[in-house]
Amino acid sequence: MSIDLKPVPHATPESQSYWNGVAEGRLRLQRCSQCGLVRHYPQLVCTKCYSVAVEWIDASGRGTIHSWTVAHHAFHPAFKADLPYTLVTIDLEEGPRALGRLDLASQSKLHIGMAVQVSFPANDQGVKLPMFTAMV
Amino acid sequence: MMSLKGKGAITGIGETAYERASPFSAFELQIQASLAAISDAGLDPKDIDGIIPIGITGAPAEAFVMNFGIPDLRFSALAPLGGASGIAAVQCAVAAISAGLCNHVLIPAGRNVSSGARAGVRIHQMPQFHQVTEYELPQGAIAPAQLYAPMARHHMELYGTTSRHFAEIAVGIREHALLNDNALMKKPITIEDHQNSRMIADPFRLFDCSLESDGGAALVVSSAERARDMRQPRVVILGSGEGHPDSPSSITQRPDMTRLGIAKAAPRVFEMAGVTHADIDVAEIYDCFTYIVLCQLEDMGFCKKGEGGPFVEDGKLRLGGSLPTNTHGGLLSQAHMLGMNHIVELVRQLRGQGGRAQVDGAEIGLVTGYGDMGDGAMAIMARG
Ligand SMILES: [Zn+2]
Repeated sequence: MSIDLKPVPHATPESQSYWNGVAEGRLRLQRCSQCGLVRHYPQLVCTKCYSVAVEWIDASGRGTIHSWTVAHHAFHPAFKADLPYTLVTIDLEEGPRALGRLDLASQSKLHIGMAVQVSFPANDQGVKLPMFTAMV
Repeated sequence: MMSLKGKGAITGIGETAYERASPFSAFELQIQASLAAISDAGLDPKDIDGIIPIGITGAPAEAFVMNFGIPDLRFSALAPLGGASGIAAVQCAVAAISAGLCNHVLIPAGRNVSSGARAGVRIHQMPQFHQVTEYELPQGAIAPAQLYAPMARHHMELYGTTSRHFAEIAVGIREHALLNDNALMKKPITIEDHQNSRMIADPFRLFDCSLESDGGAALVVSSAERARDMRQPRVVILGSGEGHPDSPSSITQRPDMTRLGIAKAAPRVFEMAGVTHADIDVAEIYDCFTYIVLCQLEDMGFCKKGEGGPFVEDGKLRLGGSLPTNTHGGLLSQAHMLGMNHIVELVRQLRGQGGRAQVDGAEIGLVTGYGDMGDGAMAIMARG
């Protein structure tokens, strides 16, 4: 890891469509072409039917808070300016889970089950990543 | 079906001094600990005919063959389960010995993190965590404290577990470290000290987190039969097992975030050993974070899921309690030796060599390992 810059995601052949979606502000998930199981993070094989055939769906971007942590210590210098920041795990409507930041305005209401919506704002290095906001 | 019950014994243990910054390389620390363990067993290095090195980036078995001039290494393997590797390696050694492949297996570990990469950096170089590196690291989920914290928070929200429950674990283990001359932490702490320690990754405070330290630890495993005539009081491995959680490489995607791999292994280990929870006199439980101790106690069935907080609250994990735990000071207050120090300590306790932290009359004990985002391993051992 570079000392000065935040690490950036490196897409793989399996995940390129996910990151293409992020660039367009869309949450895209893998769906098994054979049995329909939606999975995340992107991976080669369907755990239910073992097919490698996959299609990409646009997820709703909605979900509920599953858990969280608030970072008070920067384990990498590039994140110091962000402290404190909240990372949330989200049960997506489609089934799988996602991890993202929680926007500042939503933090006071934080609880398990809180409804959230994803967006993909660019961070201070111009990298787009998932950010969740409480739905009103 | 053949069982490994009672087939193997830990016949040698060795440790270096644990330090914040060792002048020795990880390999040199491994060599020092190995020589100590082999000597403890009453063996010569050339008697070693099996090696399972701990740490996938560490020295290979060949390095020990070279340095010890081992004439006929018949067995080598790797057990890449992070902090559960030591116990998984013990099980692997017992299986190999029982199958007649070899006689004396050396399990060496060494660590020099002060001159190398620290925890946050190491994870992202490991191929099994490529998803964490791709999806989570860029968002600032970097170190184990941050990756494990949502497990603890989920438990707290579901079951009412509190930071003071975590504090009891940290305080009790610190008390034990004060009895151990080879422990890094030398000052007692109180529940209030824990509550006042700075927040690292909510809900984890500084005193919920294990140490970063340098050192070496090693074991020699032999057949229980041979162990009868070897130098030390015999410590037999009654049961062992490893377990991998659902979604082993991504905690985020784990359906039940409060269930670790050890939940799958524990029933098998108790059954193999033929003992019950009430038979356990002493426990050495992997403690990279306080919460991980609490979660393993539940996963092993010492209490129901969700009851870990009240279970530990009465001080039963302290010396004199009903389940004295981490009598050496653990990763929290002795040193981070990948859980190898936990295995060494259990053997000491069962030999009656526990010094000021000796549990009176300890005959049966258990040791756990945890690593790589949730892998678990467990062994039950007995004296005699
Ligand atoms: Zn399928």
